[in-house]
Amino acid sequence: MKAEHTKIINSYADKLPPLVLKTVEEEVPGNISASNLSKIMEGVIAAYKYAEVHPGESVGLVGAESIGEPGTQMTLNTFHLAGVAEVQVTTGLPRIIEVFDARKEIKTPMMEIYLKSPHNKNMEKVRKFAANIKEMKFEEFVSEYSLSIFDQTLKVVLNKGLLDDNALVAKDLIKLIKTKAKGFNLTSQNEEILFTHKGKTEEIKDLYAIKEKIKDVKVGGVKGLKQVLPVKRNEEYVVLTSGNNLKDVLALPEVDSNRTTSNDIYEIYKVLGIEAARQAIINEVYKVVESQGLNVNIRHIMLVADVMCASGVVKGVTRYGVVSEKASVLARASFETPLKHLFNAALEGEVDDLTSVVENVMINQPVPIGTGLPGLITKMK
Amino acid sequence: MADVYINSRFVGTVDDINLFVENIKDERRKGSLAEDVNVYTDIENNEVHVNCDGGRARRPLIIIKEGKSLLTERHLKQLKDGEITWADLVRQGVVEYLDAGEEENALVAYDETQLTEKHTHMEITPGSISGIATALVPFGNFNQSSRLIIGSKNQKQSLGFYAANYHIRLDMDTNLLHYPQFPLVKTKLHDVTNYDEHPAGQNMVVAIMCFDGYNMEDGVILNKSSVERGLARSTYFRPVSAEELRYSGGLIDEVSIPDKEVKGYRSEADYKFLEGDGIIYPEAKVCDGDVIIGRTSPPRFLSSLDEYNLSAAIRRESSVSLKHGEKGVADFVVITENEEGNKLVQVRLREERIPEIGDKFTSRHGQKGVTGILVPVQDIPFSANGITPDLIFTPHGISSRMTISHLLELIGGKVGALSGRFVDGTLFEAESELNMRAELLNLGFKEDGTETFYDGRTGKQMLAKIYVGNMYYLRLRHLVANKMQSRARGPIQLLTRQPTEGKAKEGGLRLGEMEKDVFIAHGASLLLKERFDSDKTNLPVCEKCGLVAVEDQYKNRKYCLMCGEDVNINYVEMSYAFKLLLDEIRSLGIYPKLNLENKY
Repeated sequence: MKAEHTKIINSYADKLPPLVLKTVEEEVPGNISASNLSKIMEGVIAAYKYAEVHPGESVGLVGAESIGEPGTQMTLNTFHLAGVAEVQVTTGLPRIIEVFDARKEIKTPMMEIYLKSPHNKNMEKVRKFAANIKEMKFEEFVSEYSLSIFDQTLKVVLNKGLLDDNALVAKDLIKLIKTKAKGFNLTSQNEEILFTHKGKTEEIKDLYAIKEKIKDVKVGGVKGLKQVLPVKRNEEYVVLTSGNNLKDVLALPEVDSNRTTSNDIYEIYKVLGIEAARQAIINEVYKVVESQGLNVNIRHIMLVADVMCASGVVKGVTRYGVVSEKASVLARASFETPLKHLFNAALEGEVDDLTSVVENVMINQPVPIGTGLPGLITKMK
Repeated sequence: MADVYINSRFVGTVDDINLFVENIKDERRKGSLAEDVNVYTDIENNEVHVNCDGGRARRPLIIIKEGKSLLTERHLKQLKDGEITWADLVRQGVVEYLDAGEEENALVAYDETQLTEKHTHMEITPGSISGIATALVPFGNFNQSSRLIIGSKNQKQSLGFYAANYHIRLDMDTNLLHYPQFPLVKTKLHDVTNYDEHPAGQNMVVAIMCFDGYNMEDGVILNKSSVERGLARSTYFRPVSAEELRYSGGLIDEVSIPDKEVKGYRSEADYKFLEGDGIIYPEAKVCDGDVIIGRTSPPRFLSSLDEYNLSAAIRRESSVSLKHGEKGVADFVVITENEEGNKLVQVRLREERIPEIGDKFTSRHGQKGVTGILVPVQDIPFSANGITPDLIFTPHGISSRMTISHLLELIGGKVGALSGRFVDGTLFEAESELNMRAELLNLGFKEDGTETFYDGRTGKQMLAKIYVGNMYYLRLRHLVANKMQSRARGPIQLLTRQPTEGKAKEGGLRLGEMEKDVFIAHGASLLLKERFDSDKTNLPVCEKCGLVAVEDQYKNRKYCLMCGEDVNINYVEMSYAFKLLLDEIRSLGIYPKLNLENKY
């Protein structure tokens, strides 16, 4: 690439976005003449202008219908592939609704954990890694609880096989549960842990409470990862999990933090920020649309994602989220809970400027879209 | 030890379940127990249920003993000769009725070839798996069950000869097919149910082909000349009635030609069909607006005070007339009394319904279609023999729906028509396809049912051989004449000032939410406004307070209810529905102020 070419291309920097310029620079043959290059650039501008959305085009409504109409054809419920060892996933319309509503508690939180190069080739190693990150609770190690009313003690018998598998002994577990078990003496004998009162309280209730309390103590793994499933994907092994904890997983040294994802939009927003959340919305919705064999142009989904993320936080397409941001009182009132919006507007003395579509349809005025958008300005004599 | 329940009530225990149950069954078959007692053993819960109460669906089965049917050749012969009847078979313990419970303990064979030692019962016919309407579908066992269901549903909507005394009946909304026929391809159920006494369709010559696409997407093409000769013609009957109601104070409605003084008197022309008794004369041709039964009612709100007030004593007009779009011939007049002893006048209207574009037709296989065009005989394709089809059905309807029975009926009908006999298409017991094909070949036709066809318009031979034969087609009761409606101007609702909805009220078709979106998506903003202009109003609005003002056209003055007369009042164009919204918002205690500014 000659310096002359770069100069010509860069002179269009105010007319074309950088990515287009970069593409032209890469694609253009090196021996092209300056005049031909200018012709190409004019052609690129024409193509770019042609692809642009015209003023007054109702992109929002077209986007909404373009996602909504295929939605009517979607299989309503989650379906399972019989016999395939996969984690259960919410798909179809419920999943799309979940994403667009920006729910904080999603039905089936999941992660796809990719590993860095040396760790992702060997099935055994991946399996071991998966077992390590799976959240282990104290409860899982227990084979028997016995509550003695006469001695006022609680005896917990542990599963020796499981302890050995995880290279743990009873003493290790005592350390972990100590903080939860204040007011008790903990002693261990082989695979048994004995709880005795420190004081002389005669309350059997306390022992019962402590039994329930220690069950949930985390012994190992990453918090929240309830199930792990190593699967082969192309040439490497990845770990699918049900339950998610993006923050802690990304901190693990073996994990490839560039590719590892969660399906929880809100979690991605908190850990990676709003741009990542926007991309996650697009990916998640597009994944569902594709899996149903439907054809929705990704730009429609991008637009919705943009609207949801425009304020810097993820807002759902609900009356508490995006819709509450609408400028028009009438438009808000026409979408769910009209009284609430009217009363609040009255309290604040809100003024509706009738700048958008819905309110103009309501009062039977031309909507400011398409032919209704341009006005004429003339000098009055 | 097992618990015994009679009609779900615990009565005691027995030691040997099998002995107990067998005893009951034997006693029932012998006749010492009533034949509607059924017994059911629940082995899992060690219970015996004896049921003899009402409401159990039961069905008859032939009893099998040691692998042999109790129904012998002798029985059959006796039945045929009329020596014994069905009731005798039940009494003799050859046939018994089982309910859903006892069926659980029975092992039922479909037919004699299946019988083993273990079987306890045998079906009377394998076709008893289906109901009556479904069994009327010929060759039904070649179809998907869903098509059978649709097929039997369609038959319920077909026009036919619904009652022999139709000419003295006053049923609401009935149709009568003019020349009903018994189907060429029948099932046993047609014989059993005396179908020849109330047939509901006609045998038509059907070709399966396309004809310029007028039968695409479930359409059918009719032969116009066949229709002119009376094919699928029917008559529609609808009664109109008026009652002489009694009101408090001894006042009563009166059926008569209203006097000219009567409140709400129409024009003289509207009463032209009425005879002296105020009722229309038979065979009068009426259309919308014409009065069928003249009637006057006593004045409303008549109190003692008004007795001297002459103007209030005028009776009201309450005649029964035809609504928008209705027409017909007065067919039959009945003057009678109803349950309350009031005089009741009923007039039956009749209207001939010749098949037209939009009328619905179906075969018996769930293959319904709407008439797309009526083709005159000179244009319709004809076979080498000169046969023209009455109806042309599309081949695209077959592949996705897989109604093999439709194809089989066509070939069966052809055999039946050519050999002059009825073809049996009973479920599971139908005549075999191979036999029908062989017979067709013997009759001098191609065995696959196809024939060479020529285009009636050009006379050119068609490239494909056309599958053609006779089929029993039904005309369904969804006639366009009853449903067609249009409106340019018309009545509006009082509250919203928007057009009324529904055919009866001469209503418009709603341009709904999603249709509105189409206008917006196209950016056709001003067109959208025009479409929604139906309730457009110009309202005076006070510039000061922004509320709807008052215009008094009598006194020719405008004033605001809040600010008085001393303000500027301007006219604002809006939808009346929005004005209602403003009123409702005000009723919430919210002040919706309109800030007026110049539009330009």
